[in-house]
Amino acid sequence: MSPLEPQPVGIPVPNPSVRSREYWDACRRGVLTYQQCSGCGFIGLRSFTVCARCLSHESRRKVSDGRGSLYSWTVVWRAPGPAFVVPYAPAVVELDEGFYMVSAVIGCETTDLTAGMRLEVEFHQVSEEIALPYFAPLMEG
Amino acid sequence: MAHPYHDVAIVGIHNTAQAIELEGHDAESIALVGALGALADAAIEVAEVDGVVGQFAQETVLELGLGPCSRRPNMLGIPAVLEAASMICSGECDVVLISAGGARLHRERSHTAPWTRPANELVVGYGLFTAAEFALMARRHMITFGTTAEHLATVAATIRNNGHDNPEAVYSGRGPFTPQDILASRVVADPFHLLDCAMTSEGGCGIVLARADRAAGCAHRTWMLGAASDSFGPAYTVAPVWDYTPRDGGDNAGNVGARAARTAFRTAGLSPDDVDVCELYDPFSFEIIRQLEAFGFCAEGEGGPFVAEGNITADGKLPVTTDGGTMSFSHAGIAAQQLQRVIRGVEQLRGTTKSHQVEHAEVAMCSNGGSGALFTDVLLLGSDQP
Repeated sequence: MSPLEPQPVGIPVPNPSVRSREYWDACRRGVLTYQQCSGCGFIGLRSFTVCARCLSHESRRKVSDGRGSLYSWTVVWRAPGPAFVVPYAPAVVELDEGFYMVSAVIGCETTDLTAGMRLEVEFHQVSEEIALPYFAPLMEG
Repeated sequence: MAHPYHDVAIVGIHNTAQAIELEGHDAESIALVGALGALADAAIEVAEVDGVVGQFAQETVLELGLGPCSRRPNMLGIPAVLEAASMICSGECDVVLISAGGARLHRERSHTAPWTRPANELVVGYGLFTAAEFALMARRHMITFGTTAEHLATVAATIRNNGHDNPEAVYSGRGPFTPQDILASRVVADPFHLLDCAMTSEGGCGIVLARADRAAGCAHRTWMLGAASDSFGPAYTVAPVWDYTPRDGGDNAGNVGARAARTAFRTAGLSPDDVDVCELYDPFSFEIIRQLEAFGFCAEGEGGPFVAEGNITADGKLPVTTDGGTMSFSHAGIAAQQLQRVIRGVEQLRGTTKSHQVEHAEVAMCSNGGSGALFTDVLLLGSDQP
């Protein structure tokens, strides 16, 4: 049995930039946000200056329900550095709003991972400043 | 209309010794050894070089006393070759030197190699590194098309066996390998086992290009038939999504390199059927399966069965990565191993390989990059002037 858990404090953490500060601030409040173009409705995880589809300069951050499906994953047994506890499961999650993001699946066994499994965001503090959005199996109902 | 590369030939190639660790060298010094070796191979004097391309272009200008000299720093692999060719075709230069090397970059073995660890804020906290990024693409292909771990292992065994037979490979004599041997190695990032992944080593290399009239006196001339580069954005910053298709009606990110291959074949006036040998970039076993599909050697989703049928072995219909590639020949960091795909393609067309020479090879396809990094470069080489 290899349960998947959040990483401990001490892993390399994100260094928010002027364009991502709002995203990480929301994460610290336990809220997952994404960017939506005001012109055509195009969405993405990252903030953008210009919409990649219609080139509009008008966009805003919106709150995601934090639910989605497992699009792809890997189970890592050889980490890039000693700070990470293995195994862990980096994943691409397709959020119900229609955008993709890199995260990691927690709260289940490595053998439970299946394509399309329903997931829900769960935040875990990995430094004083950063709460990382992870995804755990969604308990329906 | 004249062919865009009618007036430029590859006239010199060289690989330095490749090893897990090279004593007495750093990346810059071993790249310089590669550069001088390529000039010696071409029998061209240092003083004739009037353009330098590559990761140490400016240092090479200084070390060889070439100033004033044209230079294009920071160009790697196939894009460096394209840059060198354009410097000649535009009339800026007559002889352009490309070099690359890696040494003393990866000695901290508690970590994976430094170039495999991206620092972007949206991925760094999840412990992503190149093997995991590429695994996310491979997994999606397995979900969508039913590609299996055995298919991946077949690729790794094939390329590692090529390296086993190559006296110049870092892992010469390490095999032979069966797909079962690959599957029995420890898991790095599922579905990749250790032996599905590139190794790390040290070494340098160089290539010399010359304008056709200068090349006329050279012993070996290899020609560029077509080339192009595809990118979907910076590597290791956004989710590697197989189905990402930002351009209406365009290729998806999983097939990065498909457009480049179509462009290269169109410029060459050739099709995949005309290719005698494929010197494809092999950072991870799956990437060979993906490239065979994207480049048109088989249909999308059929790369797994294509390799399972034995097509890519050294004696198969389409020999792939015949020197052992980054899995077995060498993987000296960031640039050298990409340029070495081109060097091996040239060796095949010259008929001078020390192992797995493809008889009467006239067209070679070389590639760099991979889906996990969102870019793929393609170069078609030929033994006849286009």
